[in-house]
Amino acid sequence: MIKQTNITPMIQMDNVHKSFGTKHVLNGLNLTVQKGESVVIIGGSGTGKSVALKSILGILKPEQGSIKVDGREITTLSNRERKPVLAKIGMLFQGAALFDSIPVWQNVAFGLIQGEGMNKHDAREIAIEKLRRVGLTPDVGDLSPAELSGGMQKRVGLARAIASEPEIIFFDEPTTGLDPIMADVINDLIVECVQDLGATTLSITHDMASARKIADRIAMLYQGKIIWDGDKNEIDTSGNDYVDQFIHGRAQGPIEMQLLKP
Amino acid sequence: MTNPLATIGRVFLNALAEIGRLSHFAAVAVMHIFMPPIYWRLALHQMWLIGYNSLPVVGLTALFTGAALAQQIFVGGSRFNAESVVPGVVVIAIVRELGPVLGGLMVAGRVSSAMAAELGTMRVTEQIDALTTLSTDPINYLVVPRLIAAVLTLPLLVLVANTIGVLGGFVIGTERLGLNSGTYLQVTTDFLEKADIVSSMVKAAVFGFVIALMGSYHGYNSRGGAQGVGKATTNAVVSAFIMILLANLIITVIVFGNQV
Repeated sequence: MIKQTNITPMIQMDNVHKSFGTKHVLNGLNLTVQKGESVVIIGGSGTGKSVALKSILGILKPEQGSIKVDGREITTLSNRERKPVLAKIGMLFQGAALFDSIPVWQNVAFGLIQGEGMNKHDAREIAIEKLRRVGLTPDVGDLSPAELSGGMQKRVGLARAIASEPEIIFFDEPTTGLDPIMADVINDLIVECVQDLGATTLSITHDMASARKIADRIAMLYQGKIIWDGDKNEIDTSGNDYVDQFIHGRAQGPIEMQLLKP
Repeated sequence: MTNPLATIGRVFLNALAEIGRLSHFAAVAVMHIFMPPIYWRLALHQMWLIGYNSLPVVGLTALFTGAALAQQIFVGGSRFNAESVVPGVVVIAIVRELGPVLGGLMVAGRVSSAMAAELGTMRVTEQIDALTTLSTDPINYLVVPRLIAAVLTLPLLVLVANTIGVLGGFVIGTERLGLNSGTYLQVTTDFLEKADIVSSMVKAAVFGFVIALMGSYHGYNSRGGAQGVGKATTNAVVSAFIMILLANLIITVIVFGNQV
């Protein structure tokens, strides 16, 4: 376990509540991610994993609770004030979310050119280097994102997330939609890139193989709360019925799937 | 068991909520015009898409409308031996109403739908969220260039539409109805006042704002995959049409309401 000293945690969520209409998605979420740590949130579909990430980014505003990024409370910041905080964060999206109107290299260099105002020539150099880092050749840079396979899009998404060398990286279901081998390749790349940068990471997934590979610590989200949180090596001996049901993928157990809409 | 009064109330409240959301979006978008950075390159690209690419459809609409109008005025006017009013009525009708309104509607059909589909797809594929994580404000990057481009481009398009519309009337008037071409142009310029042109341009700019606002608003807030994008596209066009016609009425009443 990481010692709880008085070092400021990179991400600290306290009693976060978020609902959509009458549906309470986050119900007092508490989560702390220390600097340099890799935390993976696991949980079924619709348990609020994405909502948690989007709340940290400020894309969604929680009704209650506090979210601090590197010691800075972000729930009360305006869009403008949030910009320096967002500059510390890179994110790999579930569907890669590449901009299809511009070529691959401009996607990778987007944050450098638009966000940091770097000139195009230097930004292109960095983009090509990052593409190489994720195992893509420079000629891929001139293709359009629509010409790439799912695995290649994920790699480009990863290159874009690490291009501005962020201190914090979010991975939203990094292996969803990939075959098991490509999923493992992406997991390896994530681990390598994170080690290179010494970044703090927060990932969400329901792929246990991926969680075991990229996590230092695993937290399980159920009904808008963290119900278990521990070192990844302790997950098989958690003694928590909910965690056991999830990691073994059993239909029977305390977690009841809501197949019918309420 | 649905209480009809409850249904009416719910529909009314939903409409009010939608108006509130739209007004908020419009206010935020307008505020961002004054908050740099402004992506001029993107605005120029949008001006090309909105303006140049709409020229054929707007031009043809104006041409046919101006020609049909001249024919109708001639038939109507000949009952009172007043065929000579054709050029005057054509130019007033085209410049004050038909040029901006029909031009605006045609551009709304082309552009609001395209904007809603593009931004809607970006929303559902998380590209808009991705902009946020890349230190780029999506309103600045996506909405402001479209608003600026449409507001600047629509007056130019309507200027072209007005000219071609009058030309359509001129062609029918002189070639088919036997009006004297010199007199036709003379009467046209005599009838046309500066206020007509100014109001025409103001209408065009307002319609441009409406077109970009509706396309952006519905696209930006679309939900739920392919079906949601389809719905956003339809809503963008329909609401742009209604808003253009309503705005036209309001401007017409304000500008011309006191002239009797």
